[in-house]
Amino acid sequence: MASNKKYWKSVEELKEDSTIVKALQDNEFVTEIPTDEFLGDKEALESSSTTRRDFLKYVGFTTAAATLAACEGPVVKSIPYVVQPDEIVPGVANYYASTMADGFDFANVLVKTREGRPIKIERNDLAVNGGSANARVHASVLSLYDKNRLTGPMLDGAAVTWPEFDTAVAQKMNEMAGKDIVLLTQTFASPSTSKLISEFTAKYPNVRHVVYDAVSCSGALDAFQNKYGTRALPDYDFSKAEVIVSVGADFLGDWQGGSYSKGYAQGRIPKNGKMSRHIQFEANLTLTGGKADKRVPATPSQQVEILKALTGGSASGLPANIADAVAKAKAQLQKAGSKALLVTNLPDVASQTLALNFNANSEAIDVNRPLLTRQASNSEVMNVVNGVISGSIKGLITVGVDPVYSLPNATEFAEGYQKLEMSLAFAMKQDATASLAKMVAATPHYLESWGDAQIKKGTYSLTQPTIRPLFNTRQFQDSILQWTGNTQNYYDYLKETWTSSVLAGGSWSQALHDGFLASDVEVTMEQVNAAAEGAGVIEEGTSNGALSFLSQEGGYDLTLYTSVGLGDGQQANNPWLQELPDPITRASWDNYLTVSAADAEALDLVNEHVSNGALNGSYVNIKLGNVVVENVPVIIQPGQAKGSVGLALGYGKKAAIQEEMQTGVNAYPLYQNFSNIQKVTIEKASGMHEFACVQLQSTMAGRSEDIIKETTLEIFNTKDKSVWNSIPVTDYDHSPISVRDKKADIWSPFEDTVGHHFNLSIDLNACTGCGACVIACHAENNVPVVGKEEVRKFRDMHWLRIDRYYSAGESFKEEIETLENLPAFDSYKVVEVPAYENPQVAFQPVMCQHCNHAPCETVCPVAATSHGRQGQNQMAYNRCVGTRYCANNCPYKVRRFNWFLYAENDAFDFNMNNDLGRMVLNPDVNVRSRGVMEKCSLCIQMTQKTILDAKRDGRPVKDGEFQTACANACETGAMVFGDVNDKDSEVLKLKGNDRMYHLLENVGTKPNVFYHAIIKNTSEA
Amino acid sequence: MKKVNFIHLRSKLPLLLLVFLLTFSTTIYSQDAPAETPTEASAGVATGAGGDAAAGEALFKANCAACHKLDKKAVGPALRGVGEKFDRDWLYKWIHNSQALIAAGDAQAVKLFEENNKAVMTAFPALSETDIDDILAYTDQPKADPVAAAGAETATSNAGNDGGSVSNSIVIAALALIFLLLVIMLFLVTNTLKRIAEANGVVYEEKEKRTPIWKAFVQNQFLVLVFSIFLLLSAGYFAYGYMMQVGVDQGYAPVQPIHYSHKIHAGDNQIDCNFCHSSARKSKHSGIPSLNVCMNCHKNISEVAPETATEEYSKEFYDGEIAKLYKAVGWDPAEQKYTGKTEPVKWVRIHNLPDFAYFNHSQHVTVAGIACQTCHGEIQEMEIVEQFAPLTMGWCINCHRETNVNLATNEYYAKIHEELSKKYGVEKLTIAEMGGLECGKCHY
Repeated sequence: MASNKKYWKSVEELKEDSTIVKALQDNEFVTEIPTDEFLGDKEALESSSTTRRDFLKYVGFTTAAATLAACEGPVVKSIPYVVQPDEIVPGVANYYASTMADGFDFANVLVKTREGRPIKIERNDLAVNGGSANARVHASVLSLYDKNRLTGPMLDGAAVTWPEFDTAVAQKMNEMAGKDIVLLTQTFASPSTSKLISEFTAKYPNVRHVVYDAVSCSGALDAFQNKYGTRALPDYDFSKAEVIVSVGADFLGDWQGGSYSKGYAQGRIPKNGKMSRHIQFEANLTLTGGKADKRVPATPSQQVEILKALTGGSASGLPANIADAVAKAKAQLQKAGSKALLVTNLPDVASQTLALNFNANSEAIDVNRPLLTRQASNSEVMNVVNGVISGSIKGLITVGVDPVYSLPNATEFAEGYQKLEMSLAFAMKQDATASLAKMVAATPHYLESWGDAQIKKGTYSLTQPTIRPLFNTRQFQDSILQWTGNTQNYYDYLKETWTSSVLAGGSWSQALHDGFLASDVEVTMEQVNAAAEGAGVIEEGTSNGALSFLSQEGGYDLTLYTSVGLGDGQQANNPWLQELPDPITRASWDNYLTVSAADAEALDLVNEHVSNGALNGSYVNIKLGNVVVENVPVIIQPGQAKGSVGLALGYGKKAAIQEEMQTGVNAYPLYQNFSNIQKVTIEKASGMHEFACVQLQSTMAGRSEDIIKETTLEIFNTKDKSVWNSIPVTDYDHSPISVRDKKADIWSPFEDTVGHHFNLSIDLNACTGCGACVIACHAENNVPVVGKEEVRKFRDMHWLRIDRYYSAGESFKEEIETLENLPAFDSYKVVEVPAYENPQVAFQPVMCQHCNHAPCETVCPVAATSHGRQGQNQMAYNRCVGTRYCANNCPYKVRRFNWFLYAENDAFDFNMNNDLGRMVLNPDVNVRSRGVMEKCSLCIQMTQKTILDAKRDGRPVKDGEFQTACANACETGAMVFGDVNDKDSEVLKLKGNDRMYHLLENVGTKPNVFYHAIIKNTSEA
Repeated sequence: MKKVNFIHLRSKLPLLLLVFLLTFSTTIYSQDAPAETPTEASAGVATGAGGDAAAGEALFKANCAACHKLDKKAVGPALRGVGEKFDRDWLYKWIHNSQALIAAGDAQAVKLFEENNKAVMTAFPALSETDIDDILAYTDQPKADPVAAAGAETATSNAGNDGGSVSNSIVIAALALIFLLLVIMLFLVTNTLKRIAEANGVVYEEKEKRTPIWKAFVQNQFLVLVFSIFLLLSAGYFAYGYMMQVGVDQGYAPVQPIHYSHKIHAGDNQIDCNFCHSSARKSKHSGIPSLNVCMNCHKNISEVAPETATEEYSKEFYDGEIAKLYKAVGWDPAEQKYTGKTEPVKWVRIHNLPDFAYFNHSQHVTVAGIACQTCHGEIQEMEIVEQFAPLTMGWCINCHRETNVNLATNEYYAKIHEELSKKYGVEKLTIAEMGGLECGKCHY
C-alpha cells in the first residue's frame, strides 16, 4: 500500500510558497537542455532544408577537415623593418623618461617599450617631486590602447581632415570675434602650454582661459593664495612629522592631488625606537585611516568641530570619546611643536586656512616649493557654467575635461552647451562632452605627445612620445600653434621655451633623458582664475558658513571620495583598473554607498552572501535637494562613522565606454558646489545588487599570530622579540620544538647556498595598500582580466592580492583575547563579524610565497610545478594538465586557474580580445591558455634577464639590480627584492630584522617571501 | 600550410641516390664537360685585348669600381667608352681633381657635375697618366656579347639536361621491353615444352596435398601469440616514432619571397653571420636583417658576377632577386636614389619555437660562444636554408647535459665557481649542474 505520509527534510519544505525550496528546486538541474525549443516546432523542422543526412555529412566533413588541418603546422611570417631604427634592437626593451599629467594624476614615469610599443609604466627614481606613480599611472599604458579612442577630428559628427578642421575653426573664430569664448581646460601645470595659451588669448582677446578640475581643491588653493600669494597647494614631507593628525584627509589616497605615501612610510618604520604618531579623524574608512595608529570615526559635521578644537577652539558639543581623543591629539600636537602636522580635507576655505595657519611653523610643510597640480577656482568655474546655461557665453573650448559628465548640474549644462554658437572639444574619446560638441579635435594619449610640467615649483618634467600616434590625432598645443599662425610644431616650441628659460644653459638632451630637471629658474606661468582678480582675499567672507548646511537636522553626511582604481573617472574604460579590488572593501567593478552597521540596521539595508559565496547588497536612492541618484548599491562598512555615508566619484560613465565597463553610478550630480561633503537623505530601494567582492573573510578568526603580527612601539622597544614575534612551536618527541629547527622538518633541505637565492621582503608597516603593485604585476605578467561575473565567482586572476583584515575587536590582540574567553560555538559566530564600530585594519600583499617545501609541488601528478635552485617555485604551463590539486594544497591560496581562454575570446571582451589591446602584452611572458594553473613567478623573466645582462658584461650582479614588477612599483619601499646569497644585499639585512616573520610559519613551508610585523605607535602622551 | 618531407625518407635517401647514381653515372659525367667550356672562352676574350687593358682592369677594380660600372649607372655614370667621349687631357685633370676643375669654372666639368646629382668624385692625384691610360684602355674595350654567350650556355646545358632525361627514359623503356620479351619467351618455352611432354605421354606425379602454410600457422597458437606480440610491439614502435615527429619540422625549407642564398653570402663571400644578424649578440632574437642592412652592400652590387651562376640558378635569376630587394626597399637603380615606396618583405619563418619556450640567442652566442652552425647546421653551404636541428626539448636538454659552462673567463661565474669547486672539488660544470634543466629557466 502506498503511504500518503509526507516526508520532509527541513521545516522550510512545510511552508507553502517557500522561496528557498522553489529556488533549490529550480537550481537542481540548472542548465536544462532546451529540447522543446529546438524540436517542438514540427513545422519549422519539416520545412528546414537540412535533412538528417545532410547534417551528418556536414558533421563528417568538418570533423575530417579539422583533423586534416591539424596535421600540418601553420606557416609563420616574419616581417623585419625596411629601415631599422638605430635605437631599436628587436627583443630588447628601451626605456624613456616621461611625465603623466592628465589633470588629476601627475607623475614622473619611465616607459618601457618593446619594438616601439609602450608596454609598461615604471617609476622614475631620478625625479624628486610630489608626483607619484599610483595604480592609475601604472595602468595608463593600457588606456593608450583603448579601442574606443577617437581616430580623427570631426565636424558635426562627420570625420574630416585636419586642414578642413583648421579652416572651419579659423572661420568660426572670425565669426565669433568680440563674443565671449571660454577656454576650459584641465590643470596643465605646464610652462610651455601656459605661454602658448597666453599667446592664443592675445591673438583672440575674446577668449578667456578658465581651469576646471573635476575634483576640486579650490578651498585649499584659495587658502594658500590668501596666505602666500601663489595659487598652489602646499607640499608636505610626512617623514619630518612626528605627530600627524588628519581630519578627514586621505593623504595616502588622492588627497590634494599628491600621494604622500613615500614620506609617510619613511616615518613609520621604527628607527632608534622612534616612529611617527598618526591620528585620523574620518567618516569613511580610508587607506589612511587603516594605517593610522588611532582612528576615530567622526562625521563631517563633527570634523568641523574637531578641526576648530584642534586649532584652539573648544571641544564642546562633541561626543565624549571624540572629545577625549581630540584633547589627547591636541596635547600631542603641541608637544611635537615644529614636528607636528595637521591636515584636513574639509572643502571650505576657512577650514583649510585653519590647518594652514596651524602648520605655519611646521617643518613638514613646504610653502616655498608648493604643488601646482590643481588650479581651478570654484567660483570661476561656476561663472562659466552659469554663463553657458544662461547663454551669456557664446563659445566653449574644452581641453582634457568632460564637464557634461563631471559637472554637478550636467543636465542643465548640456542643454546650454548644445545651444552654444561654438562648441569645440579636445578629447581622446567621444565622451559626454565630445558627443555634444559641434567640433571635436581628437587628441593623442600622453604616451604619444610632447609636453612639460611643473608639478612642484622648481621642478620641471618633460613628456616625450614613446610611440607614433596610433590614430589621426593632434595634440592641443599643436592645434593652438596652428591657429595662432605659428609654423613651429610643439616639439620645437617646447624646446625653445626650455632653452630660453628652464634649462638656463643646461643640456636639453640630458633633461629629456632624465625626464626631470630641478631648477630654481622662475618661469612665468600664466596666472589663471582667481588670481587675475587681484590680490584680494578670496571667499573668506562667504565660506565661513560654507558648511553650515551640515548642522541641519536629519539626513546623512555624505563624503564623496575618489577610489584608488578610477580616480576622477578619466580611465573608466581601463579593465585593469575596473578589476582592481578596492583596498578597503575588496570589491571591484563597482562603486557603492558605504554605510555604518547601525545606520544600515535602521534603514533595513542588508549585505548577504548567496549560496556560491558572492556578496549581494541592498539598493538605496540618495536625495540631495532636487537631485536623486537612484539604485545605489550599499556596502556595510565597518568603521564608517555613524550618521555618515560615503560614495566614490568617477563611476557611472556611459559615453565611449565599453558596455562591460559602464559600471557603478555617477556620483557627480551630488557634488554640488564642488563640495565633497553633502547632507543627503537616503531611502531604501527595491532589489539586490550583485557585487564582485574578492574577500569575504573579514577577520583573521583569532589567528593573527600566524597571519599578521602586530605590536605596539612600546612593546617593540622594551620587550624581547620572542614576546611579540615568537617563532611557532611544534611537537617533536612529545616536547615542544621551534618550527625553524631542522629536526622539525620532514623534508631534506634544498641546496641553495650557491648561486642566487631570491627573497622578497614585505614591510607591513610601510605598505599602504595602494594597489600599484597589483597593476604592475598585471602589466608585467600578462595577467588576464576576467570581468565582473567571474570575479564574483572568486575566479579573479590577480597573481598578487592585497588582503585586508579587520579585527573582531578594537585591536587584533583584543580579538584573540575575546575569542579565547568564549565557548567554542560562540567564537565561531563572533569570528565572522568584524568590530563594526571601529575595527583595526591591516593590509597584507600576498603572492606565491615560493616555499622551499612547497605543498603544491608534492601533489602535482605531472610535475608541472617544481622548485628552482634560485628559490623560485616554477610553474611550467605547458606541462600543466589542470587537476588543480596544487591550488587545493596551497595554504596561501595564491594559485589561479584559467577556467576559460581569456585571450581572443569574445566572452571576455577586454584588452586581450582586440589587436590594439594586445599591443600591451609583454612578449617575454606567454599568455596562458584554458585549463592551466598559473601564479606569481617572482618575475623570473626579470631575474633571468638581469643574470643574462651580467653574464654578457662579464660582471657580478650588483645588489638592487634584481627586481620584480611589484617591488619595482612599490613607492614606499615596503617591498624589497634581492639575493640573500649576496652578503651585502639589502634583503638579507631585512631578513635578519627582528620584525621578520613568515606567513603561516607553523605549517613549515619555509617560504622565500617574508613579512615585517606591524608596529603601531599607541603612546597617547 | 607548411610541408616537411618525410623525415624517415631521409635515411633511405642516400641508398636510393646511390643506386640512381650508379645507374646513370656515365651520363652525368658526360654532361659536366661541355658546360665548362663557355666560361673559359669568355675569360679568353678579356685577356686577349692587350696588356694595357689588363693593368687597367686591376686599377679600375681597386679605385673606380666602388662608384662606377662599365655599362650601368651606379653612384657615378657608366664608364664604357668614356675615353672616346672626352678629351684625354681634360680627363687627366678631372680624374686627378674634379672639384678643382669645377671650382675653376670649366663648363664641361660643371655640366657633368650637375648631371650626376652633384655627387663629388674622389680626387686621385696618385694615379699617373699612364695609369689613367691603362684604365681608359680597359673601359674603352668593346662590350663582349654576354647575352649571346649566356644564351648559348643555357641552350647547351638545357640540351644536355634534356638529352639526359630523354636517354634515361629510353634506357628504362628499353630495359623494360627486354624484360617483358624475356618473360613472354619464358612463358612460351614452358608452354611448348609442356605440350611436347603431353604429346610424348609423360605423366606427372601428383603432388601430395599438404596443409597450407597459413592453416598450419593459425593452428600453432604459440606462433600466433609470438607473432601478435611482435606485431603489436613493432606497431607501437613505429607509431611512437611517427607521433614523435609530428610538429618536428627538421628539414623544413620553405620557399622565401626573395631567394636569398646563404651559400653565396656566408659561404663564398665569407660574411660573418653577426654582420647581418647583429642582434643575435645582444637580444633574444637573432633578428632577420632589415633591408637597409642589405643595401649597405647591395647599393653597389646590383648584379651577381657571372661565376656566381650555377646550373640550377642562372645569373638572370639572381639579378632578378636583387631587383626584388630594390623593389622592396624602394631603391631606383637607374636614378640611384630611394623612391620612398617600400614593400616590407614577408619572410617565411623557418625556426618556430612554441610561445611557451623562451630561447635567448645572446645567451648562447655571446655568453656561451656557441657557433651558429651548432644549431643551424652548415648554413654557409645552404642555398636554401632548412631547419637543421629538430628543436625538440630533448635536443635542448641533451646539449645542456653535455656542454660545460665556460667558467674561467667570465667574472660573473667567479663566485659560483669558487663556491662550487670548494664544495665538490670540481673544475668543470655542465649547464645542467648549474640549474640549466629547471623548467622555469625556459618556460615562463
